[in-house]
Amino acid sequence: MSTPVIVADPNAAPKISKLIQLREFWYYFSVNRGAVIGLVVFILLVLTAIFAQWLAPHSPIQQYRDALLSPPSWLPGGRPEFLLGTDAVGRDILSRLIHGSQYSLLIGAVVVTISLTVGIIVGLIAGYAGGWVDTVLMRLMDLILAFPSLLLALVLVAILGPGLLNMMIAISLVLQPHFVRLTRSAVLGEIGKDYVTSARVAGASHLRLMFKTILPNCLAPLIVQATLSFSSAILDAAALGFLGLGAQPPTPEWGTMLAEARQFILRAWWVVTFPGLAILVTVLAINLVGDGLRDALDPKLKRS
Amino acid sequence: MIRFLLNRLFLIVPTFIGITILAFAFVRVLPGDPVLLIAGERGVSPERYQMLLEQFGYNRPIWEQYWSYLSGIFQGDFGTSVSTKRPVIRDFLTLFPATLELSFFAISFAILLGIPAGVIAAVKRGSWYDQTLMGTALVGYSMPIFWLGLLLIIFFSGMLGWTPVSGRIDMLYYFPATTGFMTIDALLSGQDGAFVSAMRHLILPTVTLGTIPLAVIARQTRSAMLEVLGDDYVRTARAKGLAPHQVIGVHALRNALIPVVTTIGLQVGVMMAGAILTETIFSWPGIGKWMIDAISRRDYPVVQAGLLLIALIVMAVNLIVDVLYGLINPRIRHT
Repeated sequence: MSTPVIVADPNAAPKISKLIQLREFWYYFSVNRGAVIGLVVFILLVLTAIFAQWLAPHSPIQQYRDALLSPPSWLPGGRPEFLLGTDAVGRDILSRLIHGSQYSLLIGAVVVTISLTVGIIVGLIAGYAGGWVDTVLMRLMDLILAFPSLLLALVLVAILGPGLLNMMIAISLVLQPHFVRLTRSAVLGEIGKDYVTSARVAGASHLRLMFKTILPNCLAPLIVQATLSFSSAILDAAALGFLGLGAQPPTPEWGTMLAEARQFILRAWWVVTFPGLAILVTVLAINLVGDGLRDALDPKLKRS
Repeated sequence: MIRFLLNRLFLIVPTFIGITILAFAFVRVLPGDPVLLIAGERGVSPERYQMLLEQFGYNRPIWEQYWSYLSGIFQGDFGTSVSTKRPVIRDFLTLFPATLELSFFAISFAILLGIPAGVIAAVKRGSWYDQTLMGTALVGYSMPIFWLGLLLIIFFSGMLGWTPVSGRIDMLYYFPATTGFMTIDALLSGQDGAFVSAMRHLILPTVTLGTIPLAVIARQTRSAMLEVLGDDYVRTARAKGLAPHQVIGVHALRNALIPVVTTIGLQVGVMMAGAILTETIFSWPGIGKWMIDAISRRDYPVVQAGLLLIALIVMAVNLIVDVLYGLINPRIRHT
């Protein structure tokens, strides 16, 4: 990503330069085979979530009382209408997994939106204001980071009460310091540069300086962090669901499904295997995309 | 060096105060009256309510309450469990060795496999070994470990019958917990097969808890190693005609390990969170399971103290790693 074009001619060039930037970005991104595979899987997941209602062969909460713990259809005893088998109360696992993708993506999207927004605002304020404001805010972030994130999220959910929304709030809170730190350090790196000074001399307001002048030049590491946070949000949410503190049954959230399946692991391996596999594939795909984005967007962070 | 040490110690003071304030605030922001919470579900008479209010000091100003909480901590008073009625610190000290033992095995597993794997991947950069290893590391890094634990149970305990499903040792062995570390106690007891049984119980939890640190350490070692291998002094060592294993083992690895030490230190926090999940799956009687049980029983003094103690442990380990880092890397010390 080269910025000089924008700086040199802010009015005429942007359209063309954005296109060039995008093509340049795609060139670097597509070199990384893993990242492209991750992106394809992720897009498929999004499509699955959007069309879940039509894709799923059964309702996710319909209990088929004549088919309790029915094995996957290719195994002896399996029934063709239940491709991945059924759980302990006769619900079709495939349908639950398909609907579960909605929850995981929703959790990831909401958590990243909250933590990114709050993190950018707090980080901009800390970096831009400096002085005691900066010190207080950063100490607060250090404090949050002093706790293992899952533990803090766990205790927060215990305070707020279990449930999908509270869980998302808790995870957002523990992930947001990373965005604050990144934004702040990017702001500190940019604030002394000439284009910021010239904007200030030209009479730009504080808000304009923060959001329009400085922020766009700090975006690359934030995008990478947002991707990685997306996957850790899904992972943490599944862990909380597994511990019984996330989405509550009968919600087909993948972690919650695992929690319900735990007592049957030695009798029916499929009720445990498939939800976890769904979590792993999702998280892995997003991490692959994240690695690719880091390499393409931020040469400084590039691992050789 | 002493100045460096004092400096680091001084830096953790605000963190320490922050952690205690947060843990203190935890009970105060709970919905509902703290006195009623302690009194239980049957309710209390107004006189007893007043008595409890004064006994726990909830009628005093908030900063005074915080101060007595803080001075309590310095005297080892972390509150009393609502369900066991014992001082929280006693339960914690009984259970902590179990977590420590598990974490020790898990981090050893991660280091012993992760560093060689990362070094080989860096040396054979771009080879199929490197690609497979880094692919595997990314899978490990993305792993929901609670699922991995369950899969291990299905396969090794259920299908093959090689390993036990839960607990720390077979029921037929009984000996006093001298050190609290099951493997050491088993050796001390001198009972036939006790040590083997304890080790067999450790295998699956170790792999479960060690997987993410293993992946992180392997990745970090590889990239640190790659950075060092391009440096001038490595080229010099090569040019001198040193054998490859000497260049890699002595010159490169020693410098590459510096950032890896920090990474290993950071894994302690990850492991404390992972212990909660691992201990839940394997019914491992450590502090992770203790915390989860406390949350489901609404035993808030235990949750509060657990949060505080775990944060303090992580803080202490980070301090130690920081100091170690200064010891092995003089460049840091003098800035």
